[in-house]
Amino acid sequence: MARRLILTGNDAGAEAMRQIDPDVVAAFPITPQTELMHKFAEFVADGDVKAEFVLVESEHSAMSATVGAAAAGARAMTATSANGLALMWEIVYIAASYRLPIVMPVINRALSGPINIHCDHSDTMGCRDSGWIQLFSENAQEVYDNMLQAVRIAENPDVLLPVMVTFDGFIISHTAEVLEGLEDADVKKWVGEYVPKYSLLNTDDPVTFGPLDLQDYYFEHKRQEMEGMANAPAAIEKVGKAYGELSGRSYGLVESYELDDADLVVIALGSTCGTTKATVDELRAEGKKVGLLKIRSFRPFPEAQIAQALSGAAAVAVLDRSVSFGAPGGPVHREIRAALFGSGANPAVVNYIYGLGGRDISQEHVRQVFDDLAVLAGKETPKDNIRFLGLRG
Amino acid sequence: MPGLKQLAEREELVSGGHRACAGCLPMTAMRQIMLTAGRDTVSGCATGCVEVVTTIYPFTAWRNPFIHSAFENSAATISGAEAAYRSLRKQGKVDKDINFIAMGGDGGTYDIGLQSLSGAMERGHNMLYICYDNEAYMNTGIQRSGGTPKGTATSTTPAGKVIPGKKQFPKPLTEIMIAHRIPYVAQATPGFPKDLSDKVEKALSIEGPAFINVLAPCTRGWRYPMEESMEIARLAVETCFWPLFEVEHGSFRVNRKPKDKKPVSEWLERQGRFAHLFKEQNKHIIDEIQERIDRNWEWLLKREELSQS
Repeated sequence: MARRLILTGNDAGAEAMRQIDPDVVAAFPITPQTELMHKFAEFVADGDVKAEFVLVESEHSAMSATVGAAAAGARAMTATSANGLALMWEIVYIAASYRLPIVMPVINRALSGPINIHCDHSDTMGCRDSGWIQLFSENAQEVYDNMLQAVRIAENPDVLLPVMVTFDGFIISHTAEVLEGLEDADVKKWVGEYVPKYSLLNTDDPVTFGPLDLQDYYFEHKRQEMEGMANAPAAIEKVGKAYGELSGRSYGLVESYELDDADLVVIALGSTCGTTKATVDELRAEGKKVGLLKIRSFRPFPEAQIAQALSGAAAVAVLDRSVSFGAPGGPVHREIRAALFGSGANPAVVNYIYGLGGRDISQEHVRQVFDDLAVLAGKETPKDNIRFLGLRG
Repeated sequence: MPGLKQLAEREELVSGGHRACAGCLPMTAMRQIMLTAGRDTVSGCATGCVEVVTTIYPFTAWRNPFIHSAFENSAATISGAEAAYRSLRKQGKVDKDINFIAMGGDGGTYDIGLQSLSGAMERGHNMLYICYDNEAYMNTGIQRSGGTPKGTATSTTPAGKVIPGKKQFPKPLTEIMIAHRIPYVAQATPGFPKDLSDKVEKALSIEGPAFINVLAPCTRGWRYPMEESMEIARLAVETCFWPLFEVEHGSFRVNRKPKDKKPVSEWLERQGRFAHLFKEQNKHIIDEIQERIDRNWEWLLKREELSQS
């Protein structure tokens, strides 16, 4: 039985955590993640969850305690945003290299400086090479669904990598939406009992975590970590399909919206996909062949699926909510260009940097992007293909 | 409390064959600590000499479960493992009593890991933190730390023509931990193995967080012949440079009161890192060190007296 809920993105994340009922949760406050942990704290205070709630003195310690808990065989979680993720950075890499299946909601916020509390993707994009799986969420429903799926993806023995479930700060985290939740018993069954392969608490079979790994082994261990990530796409798709059977909502690595016959395609992540879908609907009503390619899994990056989805496109716009200083265009744009190279498809590709520091993106902006694409259809990628959306002056 | 003979008969949990320097007292401390703590102990160490010499993959010297994560987060990491233990024990998934020991050198404790340590102690985890204090960043090549004594020549505070070694007195870390009002704080050294063992035993038996600062001489960094490590450690106590004491639920007890309190110069002159202090123009620094030791020692005895009254 589905439960009809009205929740903010943060509350949807907390509700998923209540139902997953992890053994240990470590937390340190940062806007806009705060309300997720407020909600979870209420569950702890009311005895609704079994988690040991460790209220640490920094995000660095939040990730460190989560690593310690996961190494001790616990299902462990934390959550953060922006500068909090940056402070965790060192241990974010360590969590992945120790192959600890931690799940962490990251409520996207612009990295300082200058300091800003609103949404962009600079925080998660910065650690795209850290060995974590990164699932982006379009709305509160996807926050909830991605959290439940993340546990099974991370704990898949062929993967064993931590997962970030990201959603846009304030736009999703603080906006109430209607969504469907599963029954507690169904979630309990879905996530199952966590049986770790190694645990610090098994004193009869002691293991050493985190040894010094020098020239003669480090490389092989990194290669193994890469294999875990290489196995992730199949695991994400398998879990997404099984979740569809449970909930009626299936998930893949990407989502194609009105793409089958689309000449003009926008590529986006997160809440902007909702704005784009509404615009696509309007333009379709006007008879225009437009569509959206939503990237759900940014890491692993589904190169083949993206090249396939773009095979019929005449012009493509990549929306980047972060900057890669010194690189030609944003991080999503670079990946898309690489995915298209040698794929046979050769649409004109333009990159729009938008929405930094929470700058609003409206349907008018998306409409403008499609108008630009209409001019480019069938032409070569223009030289001035790195552009801005919603920027003054 | 087990006697030394009993400890010597116990299973070695820190195996031989690790790669520490001959005469390394941090590793002697580890051996003594683990003999006391026993196999049902989860230990963790900050990046540093002990971690490096005991865990070069594919080998490990630890016969108990061990975790190293990074330099500044030994306390936070073990606090997470301890939280996992409480959770899983509550759920009936673990049934034995397990000790939790976080460790770090003076760099990982006085300096980069101080916040993590302070947080873990304030949160009240049932864990013991051991600082193996060899008074500088030895693993990276003998750089000064917040725990390095005044006047010490290190790689970053060399005894130069105009600057005679480290200018500052060390941070009073043991006092900082006492100020946390945790159930148990102590100072020890492997130079007095029974005292160290008793303190580890007591710290692990007390519910809540405990901290022991263990002075652990380093033959390379302190520049004395390697066979003199134990003597150097004992002399630090006999000069009252490193008093052996414990604070249990706020009550002070001095564990060793030298009958004949030796001048600190007897300890300093044995170590190459202080050689420059014996030049005429630097002797005032030795006086300053002696004054500080005398004042601290008097204050310690007074606090013990106050505890008993």
